[in-house]
Amino acid sequence: MADITLIEGVTMALARAMSEDEDVVILGEDVGVNGGVFRATAGLQAKFGAERVLDTPLAEVMIAGMSVGMAAQGIKPVAEAQFCGFSMPMVDQIMCHAGRMRNRTRGRLSCPMVLRFPSGGGIHAPEHHSESPEALFAHMPGIRVVTPSSPARAYGLLLASIRDPDPVIFMEPKRIYRWQKEHVEDDGEELPLDVCYVLREGTDITLVSWGAMIKETLAVAEQLKERGIHAEVIDVATISPLDMDTIAESVAKTGRCVIIQEAPRHCGVASEIAAGLADAGIYSLLAPVKRVCGYDTVMPLYRSEMKYMPSTARIMAAVDNVLEVS
Amino acid sequence: MTHSATSFKVDYYQFIGVDGHPVPGVKVPAVAQDFDRLKKLYELMVKTRIFDKKAIALQRTGKLGTYASCLGHEAAHVAIGAAMREEDCFAPMYREYGAQFYRGVEMRDVLMYWGGDERGNDFKKAKHDFAWCVPIATQCLHAAGAALAFKLKNQPRVAVSVVGDGGSSKGDFLEAINAASAYQLPLVLVIVNNQWAISVPRKSQNSAATLAQKGIAGGLSSIQVDGNDLVACLWAMDEAIEAARSGQGASVIEMITYRLSDHTTADDASRYRPDDEVDAAWEREPMIRLRQYLTHQGIWNESLEQALHETAQAEVQAAVDDYLAQVDTQPQPASAMFDYMFDSLPHDLAEQRAQAARFEDEGGQH
Repeated sequence: MADITLIEGVTMALARAMSEDEDVVILGEDVGVNGGVFRATAGLQAKFGAERVLDTPLAEVMIAGMSVGMAAQGIKPVAEAQFCGFSMPMVDQIMCHAGRMRNRTRGRLSCPMVLRFPSGGGIHAPEHHSESPEALFAHMPGIRVVTPSSPARAYGLLLASIRDPDPVIFMEPKRIYRWQKEHVEDDGEELPLDVCYVLREGTDITLVSWGAMIKETLAVAEQLKERGIHAEVIDVATISPLDMDTIAESVAKTGRCVIIQEAPRHCGVASEIAAGLADAGIYSLLAPVKRVCGYDTVMPLYRSEMKYMPSTARIMAAVDNVLEVS
Repeated sequence: MTHSATSFKVDYYQFIGVDGHPVPGVKVPAVAQDFDRLKKLYELMVKTRIFDKKAIALQRTGKLGTYASCLGHEAAHVAIGAAMREEDCFAPMYREYGAQFYRGVEMRDVLMYWGGDERGNDFKKAKHDFAWCVPIATQCLHAAGAALAFKLKNQPRVAVSVVGDGGSSKGDFLEAINAASAYQLPLVLVIVNNQWAISVPRKSQNSAATLAQKGIAGGLSSIQVDGNDLVACLWAMDEAIEAARSGQGASVIEMITYRLSDHTTADDASRYRPDDEVDAAWEREPMIRLRQYLTHQGIWNESLEQALHETAQAEVQAAVDDYLAQVDTQPQPASAMFDYMFDSLPHDLAEQRAQAARFEDEGGQH
């Protein structure tokens, strides 16, 4: 098996899940004949048939709402919203139905559906194609929010998401869809949906991130190493539920923390993690916790998008700021 | 059955046939003889097509971002713009350049938008028109809202919106129809049915015989026209706008055309669309038909055609030069993303704006 990219990890997980469970059905715009606008579902309709890989009419509310209905009645829908911006009409169905189906029916019905969408900026895409709305979904009770940052985690976390008995929003960082290749065994092994992943161990500072910003975060850790500073890098991976234990354990060791997210800062996931540290990590902190985020503006059109997203320079400035506190 | 509760039909209009001659046996409307108008619109169609080709070339050479081509839609788009008054309000989707050019949006603006620069949305004319609308069909409700505003303010203005065959599957479109019917709004909703929503063909949106009948279901006057016949598009738009302005309510016009290009430059239609279908569609495309009609009527000829191409090429090139000069030599600073967030910038954003400016000076590596 050749090394694969993150998006190939997605495709491999989809194929695996469909092979092992005939109730898994993919639906979305252009997912069938075209294989998805990013090719995530390429070849799946030919392999599993047009009844299990459904090209839908152009209607996101329909996709989300019918997924809720299918999920409650024995199908495991894996729906695709073509881009993060197009998930917005789905909010009603996700917030008001998917997230509370189990709760309000007292367990009589449930909603084992996955909603996949490519998220984040950095690929010169048009308007509404580049946002990072994870905090919006993480704020919704009853919804898991997952985002992988490597081919192996794309495979293992998506498999787990599809098998999970509750609704999962699976956000795919499209900027790193084809960034790294690694060997991933198609062994059907899933990864847990409730833990953070320590990507790099260190003793001096904890850098916490997820999705595509892992790229810049690892680059900063590498630059710090050249300065003799050892950063621990944590990929949050599952944003909801949030594994604060792993983050707090790391901060107990390092005493310092910078959180990096592409999304706007205000009421973002970074703020939730910082609040968690104010609670669980306050006695081990040697310096203030810093957040490096996208600005609280409309995501600019592509010519300015890299100015919007945290650069290594912005992350490093925050790291230096935190390290200066003795 | 007790009785028939209702019945309906959808009329289809084509006045100029594929051969460039009036369709035999069909009464041709007066607009077919308004040669000054038709000539002007033909010229705009040619300009639009030359612009479109240039924009794709810019994208292919890395000078423009993803671009949505309007190839094959020129008659439909130009007719929409030409039927509107300046004070009317247009809520486009994202490829109706012909309509927008007629209304005074500049070629440079279109390039700026797809070139990733917000300044493209700052129209110098048609300032009250809505911006491009990527989320699909949401603009139909904006137009309905605009129409309600005109009605509440007793202004003799009409709102016009465009949606595709794919977009007609969204609730927003149906809700706009419903609202227009409930409030008797001065609204015209145009379905530019180009047969393809990216890779999904028209027949996969639903199995109804027409998309126009969705308007009838909501109580609106609804017709189908040949979207490659400028005369039919223009006549239908003129009638619908006049009806809307005079208080006779909203209507739906389904213009049947064909997307001769990929969905956008990020798409490759050869993956899902048969070549022979595209070849057949080229036989029906709108430009040659109108040119032939105007030639048959003795008001167009080869030398006019050549002169038009020369001026159009020069106009397009000037717009390209202007665009490239703007984005290359006068790019927006990082602080521009904070402009227009609010009427006055809140304190937290002011801090972030300063930070963005500082890091721009230092250079941000990714």
